[in-house]
Amino acid sequence: MDIQDRAEMDKDAREAAEKAAEYEHGWSSDIETEFAEKGLTEDTVRFISAKKNEPEWMLDWRLKAFRLWQDMEEPNWAKLGYPEIDYQDAYYYAAPKKKVELDSLDDLDPEIKRVYDKLGIPLGEQEVLAGVKGAKKVAVDAVFDSVSVATSFREELKRAGVIFLSISEAIREYPELVKKWLGKVVPMKDNYFATLNCAVFSDGTFVYVPEGVRCPMELSTYFRINAENTGQFERTLIVAEKGSYVSYLEGCTAPMRDENQLHAAVVELVAMEDAEIKYSTVQNWYPGNSEGVGGIYNFVTKRGLCQGARSKISWTQVETGSAVTWKYPSCVLNGEDSVGEFYSVAVTNNFQQADTGTKMIHNGKGSRSTIISKGISAGKSNNTYRGRVAVAANADNVRNFTQCDSLLLGDKCGAHTVPYIEVKNPSATIEHEATTSKISDDQLFYAMQRGLDEEEAVALIVNGFAKDVLKELPMEFAVEAQKLLAISLEGSVG
Amino acid sequence: MLKIENLTAEIDGKTILNGLSLEVAAGEIHAIMGPNGAGKSTLSYVLGGRPGYEVTGGSVIFRGQDLLDMEPHERAASGLFLGFQYPVEIPGVSNVQFLREALNAQRKGRGEEPLSGGEFLKVAKEKAALLKLDMDMLKRNVNVGFSGGEKKRAEMVQMGILDPAFAVLDETDSGLDIDALRVVGDGINTIMRNSGKGVLLITHYQRLLDVVKPDKVSILSKGRIVKTGGPELALRLESEGYDAVMAEPA
Repeated sequence: MDIQDRAEMDKDAREAAEKAAEYEHGWSSDIETEFAEKGLTEDTVRFISAKKNEPEWMLDWRLKAFRLWQDMEEPNWAKLGYPEIDYQDAYYYAAPKKKVELDSLDDLDPEIKRVYDKLGIPLGEQEVLAGVKGAKKVAVDAVFDSVSVATSFREELKRAGVIFLSISEAIREYPELVKKWLGKVVPMKDNYFATLNCAVFSDGTFVYVPEGVRCPMELSTYFRINAENTGQFERTLIVAEKGSYVSYLEGCTAPMRDENQLHAAVVELVAMEDAEIKYSTVQNWYPGNSEGVGGIYNFVTKRGLCQGARSKISWTQVETGSAVTWKYPSCVLNGEDSVGEFYSVAVTNNFQQADTGTKMIHNGKGSRSTIISKGISAGKSNNTYRGRVAVAANADNVRNFTQCDSLLLGDKCGAHTVPYIEVKNPSATIEHEATTSKISDDQLFYAMQRGLDEEEAVALIVNGFAKDVLKELPMEFAVEAQKLLAISLEGSVG
Repeated sequence: MLKIENLTAEIDGKTILNGLSLEVAAGEIHAIMGPNGAGKSTLSYVLGGRPGYEVTGGSVIFRGQDLLDMEPHERAASGLFLGFQYPVEIPGVSNVQFLREALNAQRKGRGEEPLSGGEFLKVAKEKAALLKLDMDMLKRNVNVGFSGGEKKRAEMVQMGILDPAFAVLDETDSGLDIDALRVVGDGINTIMRNSGKGVLLITHYQRLLDVVKPDKVSILSKGRIVKTGGPELALRLESEGYDAVMAEPA
């Protein structure tokens, strides 16, 4: 989309917002601003919907969610402790950026610059991430190589029949498809944070892969031209029709700073007969400082529906960021012989807390699932695996294998494993293995005697521990993820 | 090449090395023998710089540098290799990855360019062939699921690839059958028998010294060297025992 289009769309949005403002409750917020006022009311929801030029049905859907949400209570069963969130003290749409524009990378916090360098991020891309003045054009050049690459990329997808758009665009351009699936995998009432997301989601991604199509490339949010500022209440919907395949990459290994402390994303996946979806995430939101001050609260609902026979959904996640992580990418295995997979590495350091895992709901006969979870705790952090494997009464011959390993660095951190297993069919085979270990002094000294310094030694051992998960990541992501693990654990030993 | 003077060291406040002095010249293979609890493993760990082994006195000069002033990885980069009595498992990390990272870290420490994946594999293959060892061992994870003998052979492969100037081999022969002992002994000769290199060979038994002929033999007892001689000293220990040999005036 070029600047002209964008300006036009902004104008449309403004007009729509003005109209909405006139009609509804005499609302008169300053519609010239790019952000909604602090706090959450029906007006906020209307503002967001108007700003995005949404059709009536979408606004109604959001409002319904908002009304539900008002009567819901924040869940407190996770092993997480954080101060009470004041939902009226947050921004819900494009909060004003406090980030100072930099004249050049020389003005960047040397600590952040060091991390960028260590990750091997090209200079141009660093400028974009750091918010250097005039870096916009560089973004297009560096991140997407060039406009033409991005364009040919889009054309190639179009030829294959794959729809890959922001969810806002999809709501306008493919309303029937969106209507058919939005909220069908994660119902509007699913949980407090998901309902909140339904009311205020900012943007996200929509992918539709038609029958029999193998998506010709890994889809990444990197490549989405209008991926801006969508991190706070992201909404993603991926539908893979019969016999299709798609691999989707989400996130970024570069440290992501965001003034919005509260994040609540929803991701819904649908796989029809013989379809396969591979969803990979690297999450590196700001974890707060080493004293535990600041950092993102990340409450995410991710669920995949293996609707058709022999369908397959595979979640792979590398979670290193956020002060608080509450996240359970799950699979509902309705199809016969369908397959669900969950591969996870979660790292917590300093005062970070992660309560993450998965649910594998076996409703289909012969459905299978694999869970490999690797938790790494350092500093004074807490890392919990929480998982549920359920087998319905009429689901014969279900298999599940679960492996939960925890690695501790130091003696002030915690690792916890909370598996729930509910089996209502006696033919099921459920295996659960769990280990907890520490990086031993023997291992460290051995690696150091061979020439690695202490941090290199820790990185090597940790990457070995996480290998079964890292190898599930697409190649280019895996290399970055390895470096990221090392950086996340810097200063955690010795 | 290695000069240890009046070294004292303790673990958890207990003195283990008690005024140990020893010198190994370039081109020399120096065997250290001694009864259990004499401080043999402690000596190797102190030379390697293992945390928890506190040096309380004395000095160690290695290739003109103060060894005790260096971090463990710096000692490795300066050419010191420790063959472990109990090599450690590192799950999920292949020998190829481990050794490439280790070698490149050492090269970096010496101001040399890192080896690319291809260059490293070439070196690894050469060394494996030289030692008549299977490359498959290198593809497996570091010591994971290795038998005792395989671990010791893997140590030799590591030594071959890292190509150190000086090796301290701590009971590298323990737990080996006759064939494996021959492989390990040949490995030491192939890699380390060189006019510019040195070896401190810590062992209990003569049988390794039949394969790797030492230039000198020293007896370590109660944390110090009590006797030094030629290869015949080891033979006498074998036939007469520590008590008899050590009871003689020096």
